[in-house]
Amino acid sequence: HLAASLPLPSERDHLRPRIDMVVFMIDIKSKYSLKNVETSLAYVDANFFLGKVCFLVTGVGRVNACSIETNAVCKLAETYCSPVLFCELELEGIRAATAQRLLRMLQICAGHIPGISALSFVSLMRSSNVD
Amino acid sequence: EIADPQKTAFVLRKAWTLYSVTPLYCFRRARLSDYARLLSAFIAAEKQKGLAVEVGVELDIKVALSSLADLRGSELDQAALLVQLSSRSRASSKNSEDKLVWSGWFCSVFGDDLSENVPENFTCLPLFLTHGAESYTSLVGSWFQKTFDCCFRRLAISPLNLSWMVAMWAGYKLDRAASAVELVFSMPRLSQPLDISYAIHPEDAKALWDTVQKTPGEITQGEVDVFMDCLYAHFHRHFKIHLSAAKLVKVSTGIASAHCDGIVKILHSQYLPGVLMLLTELAISQIQ
Repeated sequence: HLAASLPLPSERDHLRPRIDMVVFMIDIKSKYSLKNVETSLAYVDANFFLGKVCFLVTGVGRVNACSIETNAVCKLAETYCSPVLFCELELEGIRAATAQRLLRMLQICAGHIPGISALSFVSLMRSSNVD
Repeated sequence: EIADPQKTAFVLRKAWTLYSVTPLYCFRRARLSDYARLLSAFIAAEKQKGLAVEVGVELDIKVALSSLADLRGSELDQAALLVQLSSRSRASSKNSEDKLVWSGWFCSVFGDDLSENVPENFTCLPLFLTHGAESYTSLVGSWFQKTFDCCFRRLAISPLNLSWMVAMWAGYKLDRAASAVELVFSMPRLSQPLDISYAIHPEDAKALWDTVQKTPGEITQGEVDVFMDCLYAHFHRHFKIHLSAAKLVKVSTGIASAHCDGIVKILHSQYLPGVLMLLTELAISQIQ
């Protein structure tokens, strides 16, 4: 399910399935997308930040079109205790690999992988980032 | 501070195309006249091969190489190197003046980050600026690459860096009436290209920057962000368009202007070192 911003329209609340994971997409070429994400974060229930939120930064292949500092995104992710993935959607290989990663994370968040919870997975990712 | 404004006057009010250059191997300042001769021969040879630069007119290209001790940041920087290509038409009389057809110069202004990490025998002049036909730039570049084993790359300027430049330059004091501070944005994902030009009175821009900047002489990314956010908010209030979703492609102030394709024009000699220092930094980060 794709949304341009949060909150989601309340009319469809009763039709909506359970949400297992929220991926916030930030386009490195658009300062506006970062602002949009920052505003939308306020509408997410605190429980989601226990491993069910992820930030996806797109457009990183184009270093010369950067409108956002990557430090700013990393700081945001740290504040919300959630992982950041960087990718370039215009490259098919990376697009496919990123989709697979997100799918894997979604499976964990939905509880389909025995032995790993969303929370344990995200603390695993965080400790590897500190290195 | 530039010692002799006469020597650096050639830099002002011209559109320079920017390149980053890796360190030059075995470059000897004492051999400048030799190099000029070799480059001249190279250009003549390439023209013989049929890689004609000008069609129809017979032109002899004369090469001049000179050092500009004034164009550098500190004593740790190498003096700038100026390359000038002049032509004298064979048809005209021997006494006719040479016409400058192309100029390019290598420089380093506070480029210690690069020069302190480089082995002996390498000369660091990471910023290369050219003015004139692309075909000449190509010829000169090839010769330097072959002779000094260096690598040239066009220096692109990201929107992030352009916003840094406009914030910094809008804040500089100018004695006489300055031109407007102008930002040009390119709107993404449209079938036909659309550019938006946002012009601000220079006094308003400076007043805004003065309220944002906390420590004079120091600029932080946060301050640049606040400055730009104010401009975006103002524009949105009036036109309901989010400029923050568009691509900043060009900035212009009374001090200098810069385009994302790596083209700058410097208008004021007083701030020349500051502008060159910023460009040197960009060139170095492109190399590393």
